[in-house]
Amino acid sequence: MNRKESMIDPASLGCAGYQRFRSRRHWMAQSAAALSAASSSAWSPLVQRLAAESPHPNRSAPATNMILLWMQGGPSQMETFDPHPEGDGGEQVGTIETEIPNIAISSWLPESAKQLGLGTLVRSMVSKEGDHERATYNMRTGWRPDPTVVHPSIGSLVCHLLGSTTTIPAHVSILPGEWPSRGGALGAALDAFQIGDPRNPLPNLLAPTGDARQQRRLAALSDLLEPQFEEGRLADLDRVRTQHRSSMERAQEMMRSDQLEAFELAKEPEEIVQQFGDQPFGRGCLAAVRLIEAGVRCVEVELSGWDSHINNMDLQKGQCQVLDRALAATLRELERRGLLDHTLLVCSGEFGRTPQLNPAGGRDHWPVGFSSFVAGAGIAARNAIGATSAKPRMEPEKRMENVDRPVTVEDLHATLLTCFGIDAKEEWKTPVGRPLAWSQGRVVEAMLDRSRF
Amino acid sequence: MQDPTFAPVKTPLRRRLFRLALGLTLALLLIGMLQPVQPVRDQLKAAASGKSSPASMTPKSPAAYAIDHSIDQAIQAQGLHRCPPADAWTICRRLNLALVGSGLSLEEMRWLEAYQGEDLVGAWTKRLLADPRCSDYLAERLARAYVGTAKGPFILYRRRKFVLWLAQRLREEAPYDQLVRQLIASEGLWTDQPQVNFLTATMDEADNGRADPNRLAGRTSRAFLGMRLDCLQCHDDFLGNSFLGDHGSPQPGTQQHFHGLAAFFAGARVASNPFSGLRDDQAEHRYQRPGEADPVAISMQVPYGASWLPEEGKPRIRLAAWVTHPENRMFARSAVNRFWAILFGKPWIEPVDDLPLHGPYPEAFELLVDQFIQSGYSWKYLVRLISSLDAFRRDSRSEAGQVLEEHERLMAAFPLSPLRPEQIAQSIHQAARVSTIDQDSSILWRLEQFFVVNDFLKEYGDLGELELEGMSETIPQRLMVMNGKLVDERVRGNPVVNATSRMALAPTPQAIESLYLAALNRKPTQSEIDYFTPWFDSGNPIDATGDVLWALVNSTEFLWNH
Repeated sequence: MNRKESMIDPASLGCAGYQRFRSRRHWMAQSAAALSAASSSAWSPLVQRLAAESPHPNRSAPATNMILLWMQGGPSQMETFDPHPEGDGGEQVGTIETEIPNIAISSWLPESAKQLGLGTLVRSMVSKEGDHERATYNMRTGWRPDPTVVHPSIGSLVCHLLGSTTTIPAHVSILPGEWPSRGGALGAALDAFQIGDPRNPLPNLLAPTGDARQQRRLAALSDLLEPQFEEGRLADLDRVRTQHRSSMERAQEMMRSDQLEAFELAKEPEEIVQQFGDQPFGRGCLAAVRLIEAGVRCVEVELSGWDSHINNMDLQKGQCQVLDRALAATLRELERRGLLDHTLLVCSGEFGRTPQLNPAGGRDHWPVGFSSFVAGAGIAARNAIGATSAKPRMEPEKRMENVDRPVTVEDLHATLLTCFGIDAKEEWKTPVGRPLAWSQGRVVEAMLDRSRF
Repeated sequence: MQDPTFAPVKTPLRRRLFRLALGLTLALLLIGMLQPVQPVRDQLKAAASGKSSPASMTPKSPAAYAIDHSIDQAIQAQGLHRCPPADAWTICRRLNLALVGSGLSLEEMRWLEAYQGEDLVGAWTKRLLADPRCSDYLAERLARAYVGTAKGPFILYRRRKFVLWLAQRLREEAPYDQLVRQLIASEGLWTDQPQVNFLTATMDEADNGRADPNRLAGRTSRAFLGMRLDCLQCHDDFLGNSFLGDHGSPQPGTQQHFHGLAAFFAGARVASNPFSGLRDDQAEHRYQRPGEADPVAISMQVPYGASWLPEEGKPRIRLAAWVTHPENRMFARSAVNRFWAILFGKPWIEPVDDLPLHGPYPEAFELLVDQFIQSGYSWKYLVRLISSLDAFRRDSRSEAGQVLEEHERLMAAFPLSPLRPEQIAQSIHQAARVSTIDQDSSILWRLEQFFVVNDFLKEYGDLGELELEGMSETIPQRLMVMNGKLVDERVRGNPVVNATSRMALAPTPQAIESLYLAALNRKPTQSEIDYFTPWFDSGNPIDATGDVLWALVNSTEFLWNH
């Protein structure tokens, strides 16, 4: 059964508790009228609620959306964006020039090299976290792990502050690994909606039974079980506590949303699919572009498998082949579809890898001088920041000396938030009333194209 | 010469002292009748100290009566009505969710149904406390507070071993203070002495084999004292959030308070010979004062109750003695509040790890704390005591009047709380089985449950160590329960795997009853049987069982603790 077939005539539904909305297009057409008649009722139209969910609906800044290409495991900067053929780090990859003046990257990224001029390459990223889980948390949230508060990932934070305009989730994670982005202290409602390979059916969005059975299941809830449970219990139970009805209603809206078509890659020409690379990550990147086009606020696509403690060169080469086409095609398509003006693209892992090969031919974790690439909405084009030494000092206390113009993970976050018009220093209150800035970093002005602000 | 018959009799000293003592006792009793709190506490102390066998607490102990009385007084003072007692099966479901992390299986419901004794809830509590699933589940819940849920440093940390050790200590009924002393003061190899993982969990590759004193200070204060001192790591308190110091002389929290505590952990490191494991050296702790150029050294000091700190001994042994000192009520308060949260789904005082050192606390809470201390920090005694209270056994609904949030706050109604993610997964999985999945189940069933729950948690999300801070359901989570793999596989017609499909073979009323017992742990009402019967009569009964089960597991009654 496809989605169209599952759409139901509202008039056919006997249950007032599960009254349905007409198609989202209808709602959008009537949104202005709906907003003018806004009420605080839990049954108010979707558009009102979506608007009401945004604490800052009138922000004006270059960025409104974001794609995070997440390289889980720690890509080697030496084999991706910061090769040092003149160094003494053992076996070396070749280099290839980019559109950024005087910047060459790994010859294993030839397609990306042609598109890199669209953004800023930071080669001097530093953090204090050398463990995958902690560093992932650090890079995703801009904060080091703190047992007293779970910081929201940047995607969740942006969704919180800029709100949602879609009936499908505003925050989507494609091919998530162990640690997908979470809303943390801002609430689980901002967790990324997780999907696997876009070639497969979307998880949980299709009822596993036929329509008639689905309807009787829902009717048993609304007509029998829920009213019975509410009887004699906490006053206004659904609104003040369980929100069972409203979440059922919104879940069904999502199941019927026309915007789900954004996940359907079959609607793209085969030529485009091939440009991205017909494998999960490539398909994920194409889906990300389509989702941004449909209005989804933040999408992350994960490419895992960069953790090359052994046999680094072969492993990194294989990963680069996947990344190269997908990154280049994502940048190209975002620009071609006019999305790059308001969409930030970030490509990074949680840390880099040691400049010197270990005895097993691998590289270990290295959070002091790794690379991140950022492009689009407010980020300077044809730009590079920082550098790392070709002959680095490996003593722990000397490692920072290897990095020119270090950019901390926190600084990167403050800069990205600035592109969204978010004041990084603005404070919010955690659930226990603790005041906390959105970011503790400092904006890296050299990364920004201020003419866009 | 005076007739000796009329001579004043000189009362022996011993008798005079006896009379004096008797008079004082009577006076105290009289005062006690006028001021009930202190004698109640005394009675409770006597009850607990004479309580060599906590199991003898059913039917209700004097301690439980006294706590009930105190809670009732607080309810009456607000003019609120109390919800009536819940039915025994509902209470047993609460116990199951709290102690083994799932609703009751159909097999367990049949046990309840067949029970002929007087105190069903007491008998079920006893049975659950003896079930290895209980120590396993509680160990995982407690481990979240002690070490979090992160995988931690690859070589130096073995979370699974830590949880197994914890479960073993709980099974052995180790006194809670002893267990905590073992954690704080542990030494050795993390694989051989799994409690060492409490310390190695805070190491990372950049720390050069040294445990992180700051993380350990924060963890110790939160997990064992119920106090959040973490803000003081970087700055003195300027918001009035943290008051330390001794009773009667509270002081605003300072960086010194935090780092004095951290200093006890400064020496903990893995020796150069890794086979000797974690040991202490003489390293000093240093911290950065705002505005000062260089870090300053600080000696070991505790933020209050300095007289409880032993003067001699290894640093962490001294700290462990201070944390668990019988006069350090924060230790017992923290444990009581955490076990309360496990049983009720929410702590008595929220958040669970931010208790005020200088109070105030509800009288009934303090009575419970007294009992826990007097019991020798027996966690089983505490669970029995809490589960025997009227507050735990009250219904979440009332016919006498509207139930408001105020009723829940004062324990006049059992609080409604959402099931935790693993409780949802285990309950759904269990609902489709007739038999209880426990240590006696085949390894295949147990492995299946393990993977099912893990997969569900990965997608559904989990708050980890902040598990008691509440979690509202999201739309993707709702979609998971509506359309997700776990529910679909359990409600799908599959007589080989799902016992619920086999229920379709029974006469319709019995089939519906079995589904209700397996999922909601209650029998259906006649109107419910009437509602669902046509589904069986007019179609495929296997589809009907699947659809009924789907509706039940998607209901608030299933997804919430009530």
